[in-house]
Amino acid sequence: MSKQTYKWIGTRPDRPDGADKVTGRARFGADFNMPGQLVGKVLRSPHAHARIRSIDTSAAEALPGVKAVVTSKDFPEQANLIVPTGEMQVNLRDVTRNVMAREKVLYESHAVAAVAATTDAIASAALALIKVEYDVLPHVIDVTEAMQEGAPILHDHLITDGVEPRPTKASNIAKRIDNAKGDIDAGFAEAEVVIERSYTTQPVHQGYIEPHATLASASEDGQIQLWSTTQGHFQVRGFCSRLLNIELSQIRVTPTEIGGGFGGKTVVYLEPLAVRLSQKSGKPVKMVMSRDEVFRASGPAPGATVRVKIGAKRDGRIVAADCTIAMQAGAFPGSPIGPACWTSFACYDIANVRVVGYDVVSNRPKVAAYRAPGAPISAWGVESTLDILAQELRMDPIDLRLKNAAKKGTKTSYGPTFDTIGFVETLEAAKSSAHYRSKVKPGMARGVAAGFWFNVGADSSAAAHVAEDGTVTIISGNPDIGGSRASLALMAAEELGIDYDKVRPVIADTSSIGFNFVTGGSRVTFATGLAVVNSVRDMVRELKGRAAKTWGVDVEGVIWENGQAKPAGSNVGVFEPLTLAQLAATAGKTGGPINGHAQLNVQGAGPGFGVHIVDLAVDQETAIVTIDRYTAVQDVGTAIHPSYVEGQLQGGAVQGIGWALNEEYIYNAKGKLENAGFLDYRIPVASDLPMIETILVEVPNPTHPYGVRGVGEVPIVPPLATMGNAIARATGVRMTDLPMSPPRLSAALDAAMPRAAAE
Amino acid sequence: MAKLHVSTTINGEPAEFLCDVSQTILDVLRDQLGLTGTKEGCGSGDCGACSITLDDRLICGCLMLAAEAEGRRIETIEGMAKGDRLHALQKKFIEFAALQCGICTPGFLVASRALLAHNPDPSETEIRYWLAGNLCRCTGYDKIVRAVMEVARDMRETTR
Amino acid sequence: MVDMKYVAPSTIDEAVGAILAANGTGRILAGGTDLLVQMRLGTAKPGVIVDVKNIPEMMRIEETAGGFRIGAAVSGAIIGEHPALGKAWPGVVEAINLIGSKQIQGRASAGGNLCNASPAADSVPALVAAAATVTIQGPKGRREIPVETLHAGPGRTTLQPGEIVVGFTLPARPLGSGDAYLRLIPRTEMDIAVVGCGVSLIVANGTCTAARVGLGAVAPTVLLVEAAGKALIGSRLDDKALEAAAAACRAACKPIDDKRGTVQYRTKIAGVLLKRAAAIAAERAGAR
Repeated sequence: MSKQTYKWIGTRPDRPDGADKVTGRARFGADFNMPGQLVGKVLRSPHAHARIRSIDTSAAEALPGVKAVVTSKDFPEQANLIVPTGEMQVNLRDVTRNVMAREKVLYESHAVAAVAATTDAIASAALALIKVEYDVLPHVIDVTEAMQEGAPILHDHLITDGVEPRPTKASNIAKRIDNAKGDIDAGFAEAEVVIERSYTTQPVHQGYIEPHATLASASEDGQIQLWSTTQGHFQVRGFCSRLLNIELSQIRVTPTEIGGGFGGKTVVYLEPLAVRLSQKSGKPVKMVMSRDEVFRASGPAPGATVRVKIGAKRDGRIVAADCTIAMQAGAFPGSPIGPACWTSFACYDIANVRVVGYDVVSNRPKVAAYRAPGAPISAWGVESTLDILAQELRMDPIDLRLKNAAKKGTKTSYGPTFDTIGFVETLEAAKSSAHYRSKVKPGMARGVAAGFWFNVGADSSAAAHVAEDGTVTIISGNPDIGGSRASLALMAAEELGIDYDKVRPVIADTSSIGFNFVTGGSRVTFATGLAVVNSVRDMVRELKGRAAKTWGVDVEGVIWENGQAKPAGSNVGVFEPLTLAQLAATAGKTGGPINGHAQLNVQGAGPGFGVHIVDLAVDQETAIVTIDRYTAVQDVGTAIHPSYVEGQLQGGAVQGIGWALNEEYIYNAKGKLENAGFLDYRIPVASDLPMIETILVEVPNPTHPYGVRGVGEVPIVPPLATMGNAIARATGVRMTDLPMSPPRLSAALDAAMPRAAAE
Repeated sequence: MAKLHVSTTINGEPAEFLCDVSQTILDVLRDQLGLTGTKEGCGSGDCGACSITLDDRLICGCLMLAAEAEGRRIETIEGMAKGDRLHALQKKFIEFAALQCGICTPGFLVASRALLAHNPDPSETEIRYWLAGNLCRCTGYDKIVRAVMEVARDMRETTR
Repeated sequence: MVDMKYVAPSTIDEAVGAILAANGTGRILAGGTDLLVQMRLGTAKPGVIVDVKNIPEMMRIEETAGGFRIGAAVSGAIIGEHPALGKAWPGVVEAINLIGSKQIQGRASAGGNLCNASPAADSVPALVAAAATVTIQGPKGRREIPVETLHAGPGRTTLQPGEIVVGFTLPARPLGSGDAYLRLIPRTEMDIAVVGCGVSLIVANGTCTAARVGLGAVAPTVLLVEAAGKALIGSRLDDKALEAAAAACRAACKPIDDKRGTVQYRTKIAGVLLKRAAAIAAERAGAR
């Protein structure tokens, strides 16, 4: 695809929801209220693992002001059925147990009951009156311990999948997966240098600033209205329908503005409880999680152990690559072990590859998707190992990656063969960047690493309506989590040939537009964007028909250009062009309203590649890391609204920096989370960071009319190893365990220099 | 439980409300006065989403009892635009794409305005430290810091 | 549900009376940045909240014979803006201004930081180093104690029933004096100290004539490390003296492993911060 010139695409207009979001007018999850609403609250487990012997709710129910109490008895049993949720898969039997514990509580703060009361204080008092008898069971937090013989077993029915012969004993290993390419043993036999290391990562939370919140209103005739801060209101509808046996069309979910999700708001926690409480009480019920509940009971991303072995020729050509990952799923199976494995070596064209993964349950909250789920974890191992290889071979780390880079035609270890991708271009842009060409300052060291994400397409619906004055509304069904309204409107304006400010994008509820898969997988600008483009094209077809009718010519004789219908050539006749406004004004006489629609299952998501560069200093006495300069380079396809594309790169990079340096779930011996707040769960603050420079490499995706690739997830993949590689070069000490927090890095530095430590 | 009667000034207008002792000013702003622009992200003073000013001093709404508002002056995000005119910071945040999801934005704007009232010529480092009490998980802070720097420069140029 | 009361007296006597009448359920409200968090967590369930911000004495900074009397409820922001205080006691002011964000500074008081009795409180090591005294008023009248005797353990003070901290006093500063406070946190802001170290020095003709060292987050209470002070006194604050003082700090540490740091790390950092804080204090004293 040659470089296109566009009128609107690639410009940076104000976002359509900008004024609402800078004035406090925009309404997020906790900002919705209804007359007569009750306050819903959840009683949570004090134990990491226990059998529930009994729950007595009678005293709570008797408290004046309490209008409903629910426990697992209020939710029907679910079949053993796996359904997709964004980039993750969940089992409905597990989902109903995660929203409300049944036989056992499986992690601290697992929900056991919920109440709805007239005030917050009464709801809290009611929770204290619920008597739960537990038989406390031994628990297991650590993934390696959970895999061992004799570990406390979470699920008696859980037999490891993917192992032949099929085991007969229950275990915490939910499944084993593998994929391979070539002959791994022959590959290593051919290698002249082999590097092998083991790495660990800790669970990290998505850390969205807005806690989960919902408002449910069930009416006596069975209809349900629900407001939810979610990445997928159709998903919320689907889960509530399944978990509560309600027909889908009876439930109308309106997505509120969403205060961050990063994958963590693709599942349900409160919504089914709020609906059930509303059904039982006959009143609207509002539920909002506290920050403490968000940390303890909503999905973090998993921690994992990663073993990587890479064999190469002395010239840097990688001939064999092996990786084994054991990943925490939390209390129920379903970690992103698949994507972690598939992405591990996807950046590279390697003849012989083997990847093995284990999905492991333990007494932690069930993990949820987090930005490129799984990929940062395997990349931490692989990209760190590559850096060791580059050091061993005395090769520039970008040159090493260029030598092995995947290109169009490279077959991945997990199956697909790449179409046009931009990894080489991204590496070259990184290499020729001002940052990489600059001299490393004294006392600083430089780190580099790469990252990959598939990006996804999936189901999208959209509609386009022309108003009587020729302005246009485009209607789609994906919550706008970071500026997607602007990118959809830009594509519609480009397609129609009208001004951006004549297009108003609207995000419709589940009853007002066809099905849309979640806002996730970096899919909205790509897939929903395509649905919007197609809905506009559908509308243009109609517009051309109206012009043809007006002129009395065949529709084939009409073209659409710069926002107006024109005769295709002089043979059609001589007509003044008809503008969108003119066609709209006469629509009543030419066939009525002019709309367009599209519904698609979008394939052909363009994979994305990123390369990050950091310069940092390590205080040798305190092990404090100071970042001096950071650059994120990425193949973004086409940057529809470059400011928001840059923002994705910057935000993803900083989340990765937090993951690398300080973020972790810290459990005590009783299996309780010790740092369930922003004070001790340390996400980066403004003063921790320099500006995050970005370089947008545009290699258009051939399957999209505007060349769009998803951009949101790739940028969290490289930073972990980027930071570790720079720290290794600054200190001479290779960190293999995350986070590289001051106490942990200091201990590693002391271990490497025992004499200095003793002084 | 008898409620307390509180008379205060919010965004320049006299306001009265009844509250429980344990209620924070954030609770009252959001749940009783309908001023939901001030957000709750943590309830413990760690995220800054509930930033407001009390007698021109930047504070967290979640860490002040509503009862303490008696006789004081409170400004929230809802008081930042004047009529149909956005504040320069509000305009620049939109122009610079200094928000993605927008949940932290009211807090950042209130905190940034307090910064520029206190120091019209802040360095990048001063901006970063001043805003360290406002968490943003989307942007990596880059565009927020740039927007504040740019507004500070514009304001200095127009007052010169 | 507990019936909670709120009072905002305008004199210290009324405040003492209210606390005494509350019979152990009273809590002083100054900035509220600890109390409100504890109430939300359910670890504090006060029967009476006594807001002391209407008491003039607790809300002002006075210069007294070269020293300063600072009301217990004065916010960090006000303390940070006081020109003479910042000149005389830059380390103390820095320490107080490190408590929380700008938002927290708008409310949080040094008096509250003292009474919260956290071993990791930022203001306390600097106040200990400064030989600050605390003014306490209670049913039996007023008393004045050295700041390092206020704390009995994590979250516990030596205050008697009905007693409240009214303010604290910083002594006059002779020529050639300087103080500094440094803390180690994983991020650059918004964290609780993993270790905090306050140093106050007096230097005459290049020789240290007086030195006090306060060390936080390495024991159940903030420590006055007398051995570290002794190691500095009489020296020219050379590397050898600094290393001896650092060793004294490391030896004084009785830390724990927790979510914020390890025993090994805290002990090491106590020495590092001593040296760095002492160097800053020495420079401020004009010794370098």
